[in-house]
Amino acid sequence: MTTEFSQEILDRAREIVARYPEGKERSALLPMLHLVQSVEGYVSPAGIDFCAEQLGLQKANVAAVASFYTMYKRRPTGDYLVSVCTNTMCNVLGGQQVYDTLSEHLGVGHDETTEDAKITLEHAECLAACDYGPVLTVNYDFFDGVSPDSAVELAEALKRGDRPKPSRGARLCTLKEMSLQLAGFADEREGAVADGVPGEPTLAGLRLAQKHGISPAGFDINTPIPEGKR
Amino acid sequence: MSVYEKLTPVLTKRWLSPDAWRIDVYEQLDGYAAARKALKSHPDDLIALIKDSGLRGRGGAGFPTGLKWGFIPQNDGKPHYLVVNADEGEPGTCKDLPLMTHDPHSLVEGCIIASYAIRANRAYIYIRGEAVHAARRLRSAVAEAYKAGYLGKNIQGTGFDLDLVVHSGAGAYICGEETALLDSLEGFRGQPRLRPPFPATHGLYASPTVVNNVGTIASVPYIVLGGAAWWKSMGTEKSSGPMIYSLSGRINNPGQYECSMGITLRELIELAGGMQAGHQLKFWTPGGSSTPLLAAEHIDTALDFESVAAAGSILGTTATQIFSDQDCPVYATYRWLEFYHHESCGKCTPCREGNYWMVRVYRRILSGEGTYEDLDTLLDTADNILGRSFCGLGDGATSPVTSSLQYFKQDYLDYIERKKAPMLSAKALAGAH
Repeated sequence: MTTEFSQEILDRAREIVARYPEGKERSALLPMLHLVQSVEGYVSPAGIDFCAEQLGLQKANVAAVASFYTMYKRRPTGDYLVSVCTNTMCNVLGGQQVYDTLSEHLGVGHDETTEDAKITLEHAECLAACDYGPVLTVNYDFFDGVSPDSAVELAEALKRGDRPKPSRGARLCTLKEMSLQLAGFADEREGAVADGVPGEPTLAGLRLAQKHGISPAGFDINTPIPEGKR
Repeated sequence: MSVYEKLTPVLTKRWLSPDAWRIDVYEQLDGYAAARKALKSHPDDLIALIKDSGLRGRGGAGFPTGLKWGFIPQNDGKPHYLVVNADEGEPGTCKDLPLMTHDPHSLVEGCIIASYAIRANRAYIYIRGEAVHAARRLRSAVAEAYKAGYLGKNIQGTGFDLDLVVHSGAGAYICGEETALLDSLEGFRGQPRLRPPFPATHGLYASPTVVNNVGTIASVPYIVLGGAAWWKSMGTEKSSGPMIYSLSGRINNPGQYECSMGITLRELIELAGGMQAGHQLKFWTPGGSSTPLLAAEHIDTALDFESVAAAGSILGTTATQIFSDQDCPVYATYRWLEFYHHESCGKCTPCREGNYWMVRVYRRILSGEGTYEDLDTLLDTADNILGRSFCGLGDGATSPVTSSLQYFKQDYLDYIERKKAPMLSAKALAGAH
C-alpha cells in the first residue's frame, strides 16, 4: 500500500525547501518528515520515499535520520499523543504514578496506541515546565499539575471525543494537524495563536516585583551607543 | 536591603502585558526601538558594546557573547549565519519557553541586531520540537516582523537584508549541543562535531556562524537601549546583568524569578515563599541536571558563574531544582541517568556504553540488590566518561553520579545495607520501562 501525496503536500514540500539557501536543500529534511507525518500520522516507508525523492537523497539516508528523532513515529498513532513527563522533578512530584495509572487504565505501554486509535501513550523526558510539575502534554500542549485521577479523566474525555482545554497552550488539535505546524506552517485556526495565558509560576517573580514596586534603576532607552571604541 | 530588591525584571517584564506577543503591543513597550537604534550604528560598535556589557551566554556555558561575535571573520567573502539555540531540554530548565511564548518579538529583535553586528543575512531559530505553543507565537512574530519591514530586504531603509526562519526540531536533547544542532539543522542526525574547527569559522554549511541561546539574544535589545553601564549595574563584576532563575520542587511558589546575578539559594527560597511544610532542603541543582548537585550547606553560595564553580558545580542554565529530605538523591540520580542513557546519541563509546551500564547498576542498588563494589563501579565508570566523551552530554551525565556519591553516600549505603526499602521492584531489573 502506497500513500499518494497530494499536490497540496507537494507544494508545501517545495515551500519548505525554499526556506534554505540554494544547494542546502537537505536542511528541509526535518520539517519535511513532520510534513509526511501530518498526512499519515507517522513516518511510513511511503513518507520516507517522498522525502528522499524531493531532496534527491537515498531512502537509507532519510530513514537513518527519521529513526534518530523520537518525535517521528514509526507506527500509526492515535489522534492524541499523551506524553507524561517522568524525568526527575515531575517524577518525584508524582509523574511516575500518573504514567503508571494511565498506562494501566488505557491498557497500553510506552509508545503504544489504544484500540480505538484515539490515544498514543508515552513517557517523556523533561518537557521544560518543571515549575508546573507534574505535567503531561497532549499533542505537545501542556496540562499542568496533573494527578493520576485528573489524567484518567482527561484520557476519558479524549476518548469520548471531547477536547479539554490545555492549561496554557492553544486549544487541542490532532497529532496530524500538529505535525503540519511542526513542518513550519502557521496555525490557521482562528485565534489559536492567541490562546493561553501565562500561569502563576511564570509570573511569580514579576508579581513580587510589582507588589514591592521594584524595577531596575537607571534604564534610559536614549543611552548612546559609544562610537569608534572598536 | 530586602530580598525583593534582588529582583530585576528586565527580560521577563513584558510577560505581565497580555498580548505583548503582538507587534503593536510590543512596539508600545519599547519594542523595535533597539533595532532601529542599532541599525544606525556601525556593526563593530555593537560588538564592542556587547563586549563592554560583559554579557555571557545564558545557555549554560557562560561564554562571553561579545567575544564570540568578534571571532567571526569579516570580509571573508563567505555568508555568515546566526543560529539561535532554542532547543531547551536540560532537565529543570524552563526559562526559554515562557520567553518565546510571551515575548517572542524580543528574540526576533535580538536576532536582527546580532545578525547586523556579525554581518549575517540569514538567521535560524532552532526550536525544540515539543515547544509547540512557543513556536506558534514565534512564527506569528516573524510573520509580523516581515510585514512591518523589520525582516526581509532593505530593513527600515538601511540596506540591510535579513531572512529569519523558525525551524522545529524533532525530539533529541543532544541537539542542544551546538555542533549537533548544526548537523540537525543541515538535515542529519544530531550528532556533535569534532572541534576545532569551531562554528565561528566552520559552522552552518561550513561558514562562519554564531550560535547563541534564546536568553542571550533576547538580552541584546536591552543592552542596546540601556547601555553597557546600566547592564553592569546588575549582577557581579564577572557575571553581569539579570538572570532568570527557574525554581522548581519543594518550595511554596515555584516559578521564574529574574534576579541580579549572584543571588543565593537562601534568598531564592525566601522569594519563593519558603520550603513547603514538612520539607527540609536536602539537595539541589544550581543549573540543571548536568551541573553537580549541591547540598544544604551550599545555601549561601552566590549563584554567579565564578562562585558556583568555586563550590564545585556549574551555574549552567540557573534551573534550580530543589529537593527535600523526603526525596532520595539515589533515585533522583537514577532518573537522570535514564535520561542521559536515552538521549545519548551513540556516537562515542564512553557515553553510549557508560550510561547504559550505570543505569543498570542504579536499578540494582534501588532494587535492594546492590553491593559495596557497585559504588566503585559507578565512580570508575563516571571517571571513564568524564573528559573522554565526544561532547558535554557524557560529561554532564557524570555530574549527578559523582556529586551524589560525594554528599550522600549514606543514602546509597542504606539501600545496600537494607536499611531502606527498595524504591524499585525486581521487575525493573528485568529491563522493564
